[in-house]
Amino acid sequence: MSIWEYANPVKFMQTSGWLLPWVVGATVLTLVPGLVWGFFFTPVAAEFGATVKVIYVHVPAATLAINIWVMMLVASLIWLIRRHHVSALAAKAAAPIGMVMTLIALITGAFWGQPMWGTWWEWDPRLTSFLILFLFYLGYMALWEAIENPDTAADLTGVLCLVGSVFAVLSRYAAIFWNQGLHQGSTLSLDKEQHIADVYWQPLVLSIGGFGMLFVTLLLLRTRTEIRSRRLKALEQRERMA
Amino acid sequence: MIALLARDLRLAIRAGGGFGLGLAFFLIVVTLVPFGVGPQGEILARIASGILWLGALLACLLSLDRIFALDFEDGSLDLLATAPIPLEAVVTIKALAHWITTGLPLVLAAPLFAVLLHLPGPAYLWLEVSLLLGTPALSVLGTFGAALTVGLKRGGLLLSLLVLPLYVPTLIFGAELVRRGAEGMAIEVPLTMLAGITAATVALVPFASAAAIRVNLR
Repeated sequence: MSIWEYANPVKFMQTSGWLLPWVVGATVLTLVPGLVWGFFFTPVAAEFGATVKVIYVHVPAATLAINIWVMMLVASLIWLIRRHHVSALAAKAAAPIGMVMTLIALITGAFWGQPMWGTWWEWDPRLTSFLILFLFYLGYMALWEAIENPDTAADLTGVLCLVGSVFAVLSRYAAIFWNQGLHQGSTLSLDKEQHIADVYWQPLVLSIGGFGMLFVTLLLLRTRTEIRSRRLKALEQRERMA
Repeated sequence: MIALLARDLRLAIRAGGGFGLGLAFFLIVVTLVPFGVGPQGEILARIASGILWLGALLACLLSLDRIFALDFEDGSLDLLATAPIPLEAVVTIKALAHWITTGLPLVLAAPLFAVLLHLPGPAYLWLEVSLLLGTPALSVLGTFGAALTVGLKRGGLLLSLLVLPLYVPTLIFGAELVRRGAEGMAIEVPLTMLAGITAATVALVPFASAAAIRVNLR
């Protein structure tokens, strides 16, 4: 049971096929109760109004948007160092999910910002860094699309992911320096006891877990699709050779 | 290495448009901005430093795809890759040649164009300093984008999508340095950050560019 076993696509397909129904089940069991609880069974906070409910989508999506890029970074490193083919495909499969999560975070944030701050968009450091992260996702995906040879594409996007990570972090701190923001501090972090009341916190953690499971489900599905399309291409090539 | 630098400079000049084109583009950007935002001096003075920085960014971007593309097509990039000097050094020299043909003319011409945009007096010094410090980073980061897209037929648009996000920190600190300098505020932080980013970029990014070129030459 090591990740190197799963460099073999056959082994990966077996295990992920077996795992998939369980992961789908876990997603349904966390995401649905988390969102329903958050949307319908939490008290309405007087000073925020009903728009605060968007937190149950906004925060999980934003958390994932960053963590998916980190996951792509790790997967790219594993590919670049050890030529782990499934890892490269997993990074490719994760990018569109991360892009959509960034978009969800930006759009729900706009809907939240409009009543709260009186503006759809503000050049706040957090908002700005998310926009830049979105651009990095777009560039990464575009590079995958543009290069025909799959190994070359994996190598080049891997290098782009490494350099991009450094500059994404750098842009974040540059943006903080550039403009003081409206955005509130972190809703959740490990170094403080309590940020929000438990009634809001519990469904929030549940929906973050649900979004996480949703990501795992989509990632497995998309990686399996990538492997299958790679096989299909190989078959077609063999057909043409014969 | 000096021979390579001389060769790249000669190619840029004799192929036409090496020095001139970037400058002309810079001038056009500066000319078009007042049409876009109106001719009032006070508005122009406020956005002048940002426009000059954006113009430098775009003018730099224009000539990026030529850094490696011609050498890739006629095979001289293969020769350079097998040459006795390391590919990282080749990349650095290419970035230097690119900077001399596009970055340096922009730095020299910027005060002239700043007059057109009513840049306030005290900002001139900081505009020069920030461009002089920042544009080498733009050229080096450009080699990275050019190295990633060198094998592609239609890499131009993709190149800008890949490179422009990498320019964000340089742009922020560069433009901020001019703004603070113009208002007489403390400039140590943007100045040191800009210099730091350029130094780190020049030192580290050639390795990434060389790695990308090796992949593309495989």
